[in-house]
Amino acid sequence: MHQSTSDKTANPVLIFWIVAGLVGFCLLPWYGVEDFFTFEWLVDGYPLDADYAPGAFLVGQGEKLWLAPLVVPLLMPLLVLGRRKTDPIYGKILILAGALGFGWLIIQGFSIGIRGWNFDWAKALFGDLGDRQFGMGYGALICASSFLFIFTQGIAARGAVNGDVFVVSSIGGVIVIVSVFVFFPIAKMLTAAFITDDGGYSAGVFLSKFFDDRLWGLGCLTGGRCGVAWNSLFLAVLVGLITTVLGLIFALVVTRSGFRYKRALRALTVLPIITPPFVIGLALILLFGLSGSVTVFFADVFGVQPTRWLYGLPGVLIAQTLAFTPIAFLVLIGVVEGVSPSMEEAAQTLRASKWQVFKTVSLPLMRPGLANAFLLGFIESMADFGNPLVLGGNFDVLSTEIFFAIVGAQYDQGKAAVLAMVLLCFTLGAFYAQRFWLGKKSYTTVSGKGDSGVHPHMPRALSLPVLATALIWGAFTMVVYAMILYGSVVELWGVNNTLTFKHYVTAFSFRFEDAGIRWSGAAWDSFWTTLKIAAIAAPLTAIVGLITAYLLTRQSFAGKNAFEFGTMLSFAIPGTVIGVSYILAFNVPPIEITGTGIILVVSFIFRNMPVGVRAGIASMSQLDKSLDESSLTLGANSWQTFRRIILPLLKPAILAALVYSFVRAMTAISAVIFLVSAEYDMATSYIIGRVENNDYGLAIAYSTTLIFVMLAVVGLMQLIVGRTEIGRRMGQSRTNV
Amino acid sequence: MTSFKAMLGASAIALMATTGAAQADKLTFYCSAQEDWCQLMANSFQDATGIDVAMTRKSSGETFAQIKAESSNPKGDIWWGGTGDPHLQAAEEGLTAEYMSPMRDQLHPWAISQAESAGNKTIGIYSGALGYGYNTDLLAANNLPEPACWEDLLKPEYKGHVQMANPNSSGTAYTTLASMVQIFGEDGGFDFMKGLHANINQYTKSGSAPIKAAGRGENTIGIVFMHDAVAQAVSGFPVKVVAPCEGTGYEIGSMSIIDGARNMDSAKAFYDWALSAEAQNLALQVNAFQVPSNVGAETSQSAPDMSTIKLIDYDFKTYGSSDERKRLLKKWDDEVSILPQ
Repeated sequence: MHQSTSDKTANPVLIFWIVAGLVGFCLLPWYGVEDFFTFEWLVDGYPLDADYAPGAFLVGQGEKLWLAPLVVPLLMPLLVLGRRKTDPIYGKILILAGALGFGWLIIQGFSIGIRGWNFDWAKALFGDLGDRQFGMGYGALICASSFLFIFTQGIAARGAVNGDVFVVSSIGGVIVIVSVFVFFPIAKMLTAAFITDDGGYSAGVFLSKFFDDRLWGLGCLTGGRCGVAWNSLFLAVLVGLITTVLGLIFALVVTRSGFRYKRALRALTVLPIITPPFVIGLALILLFGLSGSVTVFFADVFGVQPTRWLYGLPGVLIAQTLAFTPIAFLVLIGVVEGVSPSMEEAAQTLRASKWQVFKTVSLPLMRPGLANAFLLGFIESMADFGNPLVLGGNFDVLSTEIFFAIVGAQYDQGKAAVLAMVLLCFTLGAFYAQRFWLGKKSYTTVSGKGDSGVHPHMPRALSLPVLATALIWGAFTMVVYAMILYGSVVELWGVNNTLTFKHYVTAFSFRFEDAGIRWSGAAWDSFWTTLKIAAIAAPLTAIVGLITAYLLTRQSFAGKNAFEFGTMLSFAIPGTVIGVSYILAFNVPPIEITGTGIILVVSFIFRNMPVGVRAGIASMSQLDKSLDESSLTLGANSWQTFRRIILPLLKPAILAALVYSFVRAMTAISAVIFLVSAEYDMATSYIIGRVENNDYGLAIAYSTTLIFVMLAVVGLMQLIVGRTEIGRRMGQSRTNV
Repeated sequence: MTSFKAMLGASAIALMATTGAAQADKLTFYCSAQEDWCQLMANSFQDATGIDVAMTRKSSGETFAQIKAESSNPKGDIWWGGTGDPHLQAAEEGLTAEYMSPMRDQLHPWAISQAESAGNKTIGIYSGALGYGYNTDLLAANNLPEPACWEDLLKPEYKGHVQMANPNSSGTAYTTLASMVQIFGEDGGFDFMKGLHANINQYTKSGSAPIKAAGRGENTIGIVFMHDAVAQAVSGFPVKVVAPCEGTGYEIGSMSIIDGARNMDSAKAFYDWALSAEAQNLALQVNAFQVPSNVGAETSQSAPDMSTIKLIDYDFKTYGSSDERKRLLKKWDDEVSILPQ
């Protein structure tokens, strides 16, 4: 996107969006078309057939006449083509055209559905419509984008954010997609909290559910049981703290120690993040459960009675720590690496001891990373569903309660909505606590000025315990994964330990035929679908996440805090709620995408985007603004600055976002379980089906295969993205990113 | 952004999904039984009729939640399998459609009475009795006597050895609660639940989890449907199945046509086919040990012998209604679950 200088009269960006709007209205099918990309619709009655007709043809044939008013805002921007950008009329007309067009699209979309009028009052006012419409298609989508960006250009022309079209358009774009795919479905779901049994709305219902003793009881202080809200909060704080500390430890070992097997350690820390759900839980049970090998060993040696200690807080804590430490590590590695060595060297020159340097210089500079890592660990733990389900015992947490309020014997969507709100409050609280802790201090360390120092090693007093912890945790992770690998090659895990490859054969057999390879294994269908969806979702997630992070750290605009919170929202809500709310919101026009692959991609983008945002913010708050400023001074616009200056320095954050979103798309379960359809089945939902059917071997074999596939893909991504070359004096202190 | 294309002018109910020109009939099949059984049903129906089947497998609770969420624009045509309560609930909420199948006279009376209690909006396809199973190794290791009755489970020596699901989250556990109320009377039933509470080591979320834990040696006794326990034993786990001596309740796995189904004719064809003896015999090929509803269908050799099980006259109409369920669950919450263990 270019920002044209104000003396030119024909603005190419504006012309582009005007043409796009006309193409959307006059050429592309207005309503959704099944199998669009086969282009069969082109030879199947297009452009006159009502199913495939563009908006203009529909109106021209006297159908769907409510689309006719769109012509006005589509043509209105043509009036300003001859005018200067500084002319107040220019901005006003664009704003008017964009707002009218976009507003009318929304109004008609929500008013007229598959059964005619959606509102009784509209029917009473205008009479029966006698017509209906289905979900919007590419024509409508492009038209809507055109209105949106014409609107943002109008705003920019009026002087918002210094008239920067790229920034205003990005803000507008992110606000719209976040509103559509996060706020809208969640609002739809949360209104259920106020619905009474007979269908009316009442605040009393909400209050009685909200102040339930099961939620807030403090019985555990007196020997009883505490409310689920406290359980979740306690667990999440613990997980947040432990994962942050462990993540920092691994980051320190990798960047600031003479440890020789850094690469192996890195690979090891990434393993848990690429593990499908339930598998870690099952492995922990086989190790530490009542009949687990470790438990039995200790029982035999020390003569103690085996107990079910694993089930409850300890088990969930161990599993979540295993699973979420890598996320903290991924966030912290970029930050620990980014801390400017010259500051540390300056402190050393001033005769600070290594320990003092670490404590008073390095650690405070890592605060944004620590805070973001804690926040992610906290939120992940709050929203985690698989581990509490397998290992929770009688330790109930919000996420499982929400799931079973919806699918359990009570079918209480209202209760689920209330629980989801409580969860949201906690996340919101953590979010603001994090902001408060960071304060308004500056954590900038990468500036335009040459900084070619070398990171000092950790002080010895620190490096020993850090290395020891890293090694112990690493060894523990290795044992867990050895168990998993072993579980995939035995007949029946824990009962019949005959070695066999039959699970792999059942899942992934194929044979060569005349027509090519025939994928005859049971798992191939879901495997290919999963790979495809994840590959589409990952780059999109990274793009949306990083643009958002850029806007948040580099631009100031009204409502920035609300904007930031909005982008974090979908992450804070458990997948189950997202899943059900997506069905509620996107099963009916104007946006009708249930049963398609699109809904899976969209749900992954908006569930995983916050990690991209967090990683981006953590890295970007280290880059000195003077870098941008000098670029801008030298005549680059903000898009070029973003592309040429910021992006290359963000490679660790880009990698983190890409890897995380790809991996989560392959391993997520709770939202997916509602969104999969016959045509688009995902690996995780297939695995769960096998676990439910006692096919542990097949489930674990499939999971193991996924782990190896993800390892390969993550390695490939590292190669493609490459690493940031921050100039440092000696090559050996640089690490792979 | 895709959607279906509908022939304009068709009535709202008979929304026919068509793809361009003439094409084979389709059926969107929501399945709540085990994965391999679902696959087999889908493929066999496709082979038998030539109708294209798109099958999605989810637990009955998940499917219910989905059908409810989709109710303003139904995507599914038929819902087959899963315990009866969510089917009854769906019928009560008008999410499923009434249908009188010509196959009804071939069915066991319990399957018909399930249909009648829901205004013919659902029908029984199999049944399974409630019971429990225990891990023989663990029972021996802890020197525990073999239990045979419900009352046995209250004995203090089983403290910490019994597992059942939470009735708030699991239909299986709700059936247990309702069965105890019907066997021992309301007061006696709740006294039983209170006594059992003292011995319970964990209320699981999912209904079959207790017996899976028993299979893996993580728990000694699991209260579940007996066919789930049989499936564990057949898979090779050291599990023994018990039909309690006082008699026991049972579930009726059900099938419903979704209201507003887009492929109503295919849905009815599936409905009739799924009630036939030949379709129900498919259960023998997968590890499904329920009792089929067609009189002429065979029951697996390994399945619990229904003639030796004392079944109570389970009142599905009363205990399947949402008012009674809410009342019993609240009472269980207020009087049982808060007791110390």
